[in-house]
Amino acid sequence: MRTEFRLSGSGGQGLLLAGIVLAEAAILEDKFAVQTQSYGPEARGGSSKAEVVVSEEDIDYPKATDPDYLLALTADSYRTYGKLQGKGLIIVDSSVQLDPEIKARTTAVPILETASVGLGRKVVANIVALGVLGGISGVVKAETLEAAVLNRVPKGTEELNIKALRAGLELAAKAKKA
Amino acid sequence: MSDSLNYFRQNRLPHIWCPGCGHGTVTGALTRALAKLGIDKNNVAVVSGIGCSSRAPGYLDFDTLHTAHGRALAFATGIKLSRPDLKVIVMTGDGDCTAIGGNHFIHAARRNIDITTIVMNNSIYGMTSGQYSPMTPTGLLGTTAPYGNIERPFDLTKLAIASGATYVGRSTSYHVQLLGELIEKALLNKGFSVVEAVVGCPTYFGRKNKLGGAVEMFEWQKDHAVNAKAAAVMAPEKLEGKFLIGELYNQAAPEFTAEYAALVDGVRRKYDNFQGGVRECAQNSD
Amino acid sequence: MPNAKLMQGNEACTLGALAAGLKFYAGYPITPSTEIAEMCAEELPKIGGKFIQMEDEIGSIAAIIGASLTGRKSMTATSGPGFSLMQELVGYSSITEVPIVIINVQRVGPSTGMPTSLAQGDVMQARWGTHGDHPVVVLAPGNVKECFELTVKAFNIAEEYRVPVIVLTDEVIGHMREKVVLPDQRQIVVSNRAAPSTPAGYLPYKADQDGGVPLMAPFGAGYRWHVTGLSHDETGFPTNKGEVAGNLITRLMRKVEKAEPIIRDYATEATDDCDVLVVAFGSSAMSATSAVRQARAKGVKAGLFRPKTIWPFPEEPLKEIASRAKRVIVPEMNLGQLVLEIERLVAGKAPVERLGKVNCELFRPEEILAAIMGGSK
Repeated sequence: MRTEFRLSGSGGQGLLLAGIVLAEAAILEDKFAVQTQSYGPEARGGSSKAEVVVSEEDIDYPKATDPDYLLALTADSYRTYGKLQGKGLIIVDSSVQLDPEIKARTTAVPILETASVGLGRKVVANIVALGVLGGISGVVKAETLEAAVLNRVPKGTEELNIKALRAGLELAAKAKKA
Repeated sequence: MSDSLNYFRQNRLPHIWCPGCGHGTVTGALTRALAKLGIDKNNVAVVSGIGCSSRAPGYLDFDTLHTAHGRALAFATGIKLSRPDLKVIVMTGDGDCTAIGGNHFIHAARRNIDITTIVMNNSIYGMTSGQYSPMTPTGLLGTTAPYGNIERPFDLTKLAIASGATYVGRSTSYHVQLLGELIEKALLNKGFSVVEAVVGCPTYFGRKNKLGGAVEMFEWQKDHAVNAKAAAVMAPEKLEGKFLIGELYNQAAPEFTAEYAALVDGVRRKYDNFQGGVRECAQNSD
Repeated sequence: MPNAKLMQGNEACTLGALAAGLKFYAGYPITPSTEIAEMCAEELPKIGGKFIQMEDEIGSIAAIIGASLTGRKSMTATSGPGFSLMQELVGYSSITEVPIVIINVQRVGPSTGMPTSLAQGDVMQARWGTHGDHPVVVLAPGNVKECFELTVKAFNIAEEYRVPVIVLTDEVIGHMREKVVLPDQRQIVVSNRAAPSTPAGYLPYKADQDGGVPLMAPFGAGYRWHVTGLSHDETGFPTNKGEVAGNLITRLMRKVEKAEPIIRDYATEATDDCDVLVVAFGSSAMSATSAVRQARAKGVKAGLFRPKTIWPFPEEPLKEIASRAKRVIVPEMNLGQLVLEIERLVAGKAPVERLGKVNCELFRPEEILAAIMGGSK
């Protein structure tokens, strides 16, 4: 079974790293994973997109065709990719005003606020988002995500990032109940 | 003489240069300087581009590399960085070095890589029969400057100094003794060295500009070259229309391959003399 | 699974090069290949290798030819505009038989085009980019793991046959990250150029006229030989004899032609009984694989032929498979380049359909599936 993620937001939010960690977590669980991105001036601001495909089997086509999960952290990315969303779920940041034209199933989660207010560091929004995606999708276990985060984040920031991941997982649990 | 003859591939002679051409004189000066320094011929690589002067390496008994137009210094950079123990010499001309190869020239100088560059300046593209070059004096004729060259020429030595070369000199095929001395010092300099050799091209430059034959062109060199030491105490008006010869710059600076070796030493100490192969590598993220 | 790693295509190319014995890199920054230069700058000093950022791509290829002449395995990496600049010296490497590897991570052209976007428009440039008849080998990885494997292979071919070898990847494969399990270094077969045993009587270009490969002495080892881009005889010195020049070109071309059955590399999927044969390489082949699998699931007998050596093309295997197909479809991220070779090989025995795309976005599998299902136009 193939699970597709599209992570979108603005350049500098670290979504590429979140995508890489998600893919690496899948590999730690012996699954197949591919990560692709829109690459270019976006990395220096503007809209940005990373995609991750996770599967139990060898992956032929590396891009998301009909994402199971769309993460949108900005109004721009929500409007751009939300319109393309089919059967999958949209996970949008609570700060974004919802558009009635976008019909796909949607859940709003306070990712940016949790990072900037709850944790006091808005740079960890990407790891909060990773926790949300991991928790809602259940594609990898929480402890695997922790291990994958620890493999990637700079020394000295482990505690903060694990806190961020757990905060994301909690947001996911709440969102699933809602 | 016999010592320097030993540096020639004698079975490749006679050479293809025209009577009165200065390239043979310069090549001879190089081999005499190498002989004087007692340089092992197995430890030398001579590199050239395209043009009359670039045919010189074919006659020399070293590892020799006749490359593409303008690229001699870039090939030489690869050889020198790969094998810093080799003495690397580039033989080039005014067109090869300063037109199509101008970018490689300023960057080799900027890096101060230990390469000795001998530029045979005959003010013309000889191999293609007489077009003007970036070192053709303004007003003179070439087949592509039939009404006189309106462009301004490079002063190669100033270009070399400004770009970072650490040894720069100029002589002529008339001032052979001086030329040999400059080449010798250039070979000894640990860094990027440039010796410009002003040479005559009676066949194209001389004939086109009605400068006479080989003898007249030598006389022109004799009359127009002023030794830099003498020039230092001469009135500016006396130097009008003349050019300087002699050692024009000699200032040590860190040399590229030595700096790279130091970098490698530092990195290898840090990485515990890692011996190669597949390993974990730092990865780019966004 | 301790060895499994998420790896970028550009990273896998670099690791492949290092595994094959890369010791010298010269290059100039250009998207989307730059990660290769960055990684070489970091890794080569650790193994006593050399890295230099040259002033342009012409200088880069010149420097690696110079370094290769001293016996070090050398490479550069670039993309379209830089690859165009290198072409004169690709010919130099061909005629002087100095082994080099060039990784060309293709992007959209012509000219500056779209630097961060996907295309496969350099198929013909890779084969015929420099002037004159010349030998060259071009390999096309179809996934990240093959970036590693085919870069190793590129070095081996360069060393064994003394030819420039181009690894033709693209923006998608270069930048995508995929799970890869690399082989143990001890299991990687590495070839080195054959060297003469003594300078006495060394003729640097003496070789069997039927595509032989001469022995190569490194510079700085007492051989004192001459290398020139002029047509030369077996001594290495220039010749003005047309017949000698012609013999040289013939031997150089024959060298790769003769090697083709040995270096040939391709993958197939479901080709045993296929009616519709899809021929695709590089990132297009990922979409094509998915399309062929979907077609099979719908009961359509589709198959995929995926060349990894694209120049020289694996002629015989394709001819054999295509001879049983009713239709052949060639999807590629250009307006028809590899398809010209396929048309030549299929030679009218089945209709060959072009499926070109130049909008910078990787084929969606359904686009190729539609062509498979669509029948002959």
